[in-house]
Amino acid sequence: MRVWLALAATGLLAGSALADSNLPPARYADTALPDPAQEAQAKALMETLRCLVCQGQSIADSDAEMAGDMRSLVRTRIAAGESPADVRRWLVQRYGDYVTYDPPLNALTAPLWIAPIALLLVGGWIAARNFRRRRS
Amino acid sequence: MKRALVWLPLGAFALLFAVVASGLVKPADRTVHSAMIDKPLPTFSLPAAVPGKPGLGSAMFHQGQPRLLNIFASWCIPCIAEAPQLMRLRAAGVPIDAIAIRDTAPALQDFLRRNGDPYERIGSDRDSSVQLALGSSGVPESFVIDGQGRIVLQHVGDIRPEEVADIVAAVRNAR
Repeated sequence: MRVWLALAATGLLAGSALADSNLPPARYADTALPDPAQEAQAKALMETLRCLVCQGQSIADSDAEMAGDMRSLVRTRIAAGESPADVRRWLVQRYGDYVTYDPPLNALTAPLWIAPIALLLVGGWIAARNFRRRRS
Repeated sequence: MKRALVWLPLGAFALLFAVVASGLVKPADRTVHSAMIDKPLPTFSLPAAVPGKPGLGSAMFHQGQPRLLNIFASWCIPCIAEAPQLMRLRAAGVPIDAIAIRDTAPALQDFLRRNGDPYERIGSDRDSSVQLALGSSGVPESFVIDGQGRIVLQHVGDIRPEEVADIVAAVRNAR
């Protein structure tokens, strides 16, 4: 029992020692913008930006400190009058397409966009052929 | 035709197996690299992080001399492991400036007292805004900036002893 408690305690300590600073979250990390329209824009954008630390989550979902700083950056820039597309472009310039969950269409991402349509066409073709065969 | 098709599921399985096995043998690189390499350093100006040492602005990197820009924090464990390598770089004549992420002066002073102080300047980035402008995604990271303020190299994670020579060479070549 005591061993388990000690293990749990070291686990907790190591966890907190590794990740975080002692500073409070940034100004707009967890605070909504006063203008509801701007907040809605910012929120929609945050849901399509990747957290760089946790990688599988959007910055809207993540509790990582860096995600908080990114949320604050998004809200500050939207409040300053930038469009969501501008903010996304700014981040893509720095981190590449990796940072956005809404990948642009280019040579590298083309299969991503074309594959579903191609598969649907192939499926339709197979189905049509089968129906025709059954009728004859 | 029919007979050949019998092998199709096995073929598909073999293909899937190969894809999955290759992922096991050689896991994907999850390092987030900055897209700012070969681009000019963003303009910034950060206040001093500790008393008695100047803050850091992007103007410092336009003076014709290549410099190492280290992103670190007193709360970052790998930064402690990296400290001796930075001291060696300093001893090798590499000018080093730093950006301290989300940090306070007392914690930084304590960190520098314990682990050595290789820095000429330390700017305080309390909301990671300059870090984000650089395309950096954690601490520690180091950037080699040439004398014209162009980012030539990003090193993600702590600099290991065996990597010191490469960094020195990168700074030499950045002239």
